[in-house]
Amino acid sequence: MENIIDISGLSKQYASGFVALKAVDLTISRGEIFALLGPNGAGKTTLISIVCGIVRATTGRVLVDGNDIVRNWRAARSLIGLVPQELTTDAFESVWNTVSFTRGLFGLRANPAHIESVLRALALWDKKDSRIMTLSGGMKRRLLIAKALAHEPRILFLDEPTAGVDVDLRHDMWQLVSRLRGEGVTVILTTHYIEEAEEMADRVGVINKGELVLVRNKADLLHEFGTRRLTLRLRRPLVEVPEALRAWRLELSSDGRELTCFYDSKHVGDGVGQFLERVREAGIEFNDLATAESSLEDIFVSLVREKR
Amino acid sequence: MNIEAVSAIYRFEMARARRTVTQTIVSPVISTSLYFVVFGAAIGSRIQNVGGVSYGSFIVPGLVMLSLLGQSISNASFGIYFPRFTGTIYEVLSAPVSPMEIVLGYAGAAATKSVILGVIILATAGLFVPLHVAHPLWMVAFLVLTAVTFSLYGFIIGIWADGFEKLQIVPLLIITPLTFLGGSFYSIDMLPPAWRTVALANPVVYLISGFRWSFYGLADVNVGVSLGMTALFLAVALIVVAWIFRTGYRLQT
Repeated sequence: MENIIDISGLSKQYASGFVALKAVDLTISRGEIFALLGPNGAGKTTLISIVCGIVRATTGRVLVDGNDIVRNWRAARSLIGLVPQELTTDAFESVWNTVSFTRGLFGLRANPAHIESVLRALALWDKKDSRIMTLSGGMKRRLLIAKALAHEPRILFLDEPTAGVDVDLRHDMWQLVSRLRGEGVTVILTTHYIEEAEEMADRVGVINKGELVLVRNKADLLHEFGTRRLTLRLRRPLVEVPEALRAWRLELSSDGRELTCFYDSKHVGDGVGQFLERVREAGIEFNDLATAESSLEDIFVSLVREKR
Repeated sequence: MNIEAVSAIYRFEMARARRTVTQTIVSPVISTSLYFVVFGAAIGSRIQNVGGVSYGSFIVPGLVMLSLLGQSISNASFGIYFPRFTGTIYEVLSAPVSPMEIVLGYAGAAATKSVILGVIILATAGLFVPLHVAHPLWMVAFLVLTAVTFSLYGFIIGIWADGFEKLQIVPLLIITPLTFLGGSFYSIDMLPPAWRTVALANPVVYLISGFRWSFYGLADVNVGVSLGMTALFLAVALIVVAWIFRTGYRLQT
């Protein structure tokens, strides 16, 4: 798939000496939903801010649909919509005026029909004449999305879009992102909610201490780094794991009634079958079994811990 | 040129002025009227005239300049500082808007508001004293040039300030004293020779002198020098603004 964002050797050192990004290389395909995960201070917002023109890179190059963000900044920026992490709004302005203002900033003539459709899609139409200061936190978050969509961007950056919003609104936003993808918009989101990335993203990048630790297709990530576990509820408790089963990675519960086998996602078939055969051969009887797999969150935590 | 963006910033700032009409227009008009009462009526009755012009009429250009300088600076500084303070500056910085377009929008709106205010003050002054404008085109030129120049300085202050206190420091501690000492209420010819020389180091003298000349043909310094100094202030402001955007000072990290 064609790249719409091409980042190479991007680094950022702030005046304080803090290195926020270390030679990051990343490409984003046109029309994909990319989730950038990372703990606080990992460099997610710095990366987004550089692409959007708010922060200056120390070294490296960013191309947005082939436009260098420094040399062809006007063309590059006109393609991008940004929803910032903080609820930064002008308290005294009306919803309609502030969304129209953003459209104007991007050099587009007023288009009341488009603004209306954006406000309706975000359930803000009833509030179009309200001052921003009278809106709830969730509405302000939606307003920021409306502003980012006012100029019909082809790339949308969502920096922690669902931080502090309720579950309903979070699901509404997921639907919106899904709809935008249907319209061909490329979405890059940063989030602390791994569930969000798991739900929406096509690809996932993990950034930690300014370094892009990995970038994978979400399914591949789960497959490559995920672990599975099979737990047997034993008919009779065991005192210790039998010698014949020691080749597997096992854990026996303290009461001896649950035996859990951990295995690699990549070796699901043969591993589990062989294990169950050995269990039967060892004369161990069980009356129930359960399988589970590690979530994206488990993988994320282990990747970030490895880097500490 | 992103005309739509300039227009959006300009209209946004003008809408803010309409929301705060008491602060933007009514308050300076009341202050000016009070100056007329105090300086025009109370003190003016003890001064016959200055250069053949009644004292009340003589102080009108100085009063307009007093408000024009203060309001240009405060309008423009607040206009750019407020989005920095609230964080909404991100959308201007991430939009396809050039530094020149940003300045045109913010400083243009501030200058417009100041010119409107200047015209209102002139109209208010007309209620108290007879007004005569000898060189109307030059009067408009000085009014607009000064409003634009000091709106640029206001823009610079709004970028430099990292708190509301700093927004007030320059207008209160520098501009107001310079305006009062710059011949708003007197001709510097009325000063002792030594003080007159010192007064010539005050840049506001040239602005007020030129503006007053456009009304009555009276000037403390040659009008060409006034015009040249105004252009110089404008050039310095433009250079500083250009440096701000080149370096990203206080805007981009």
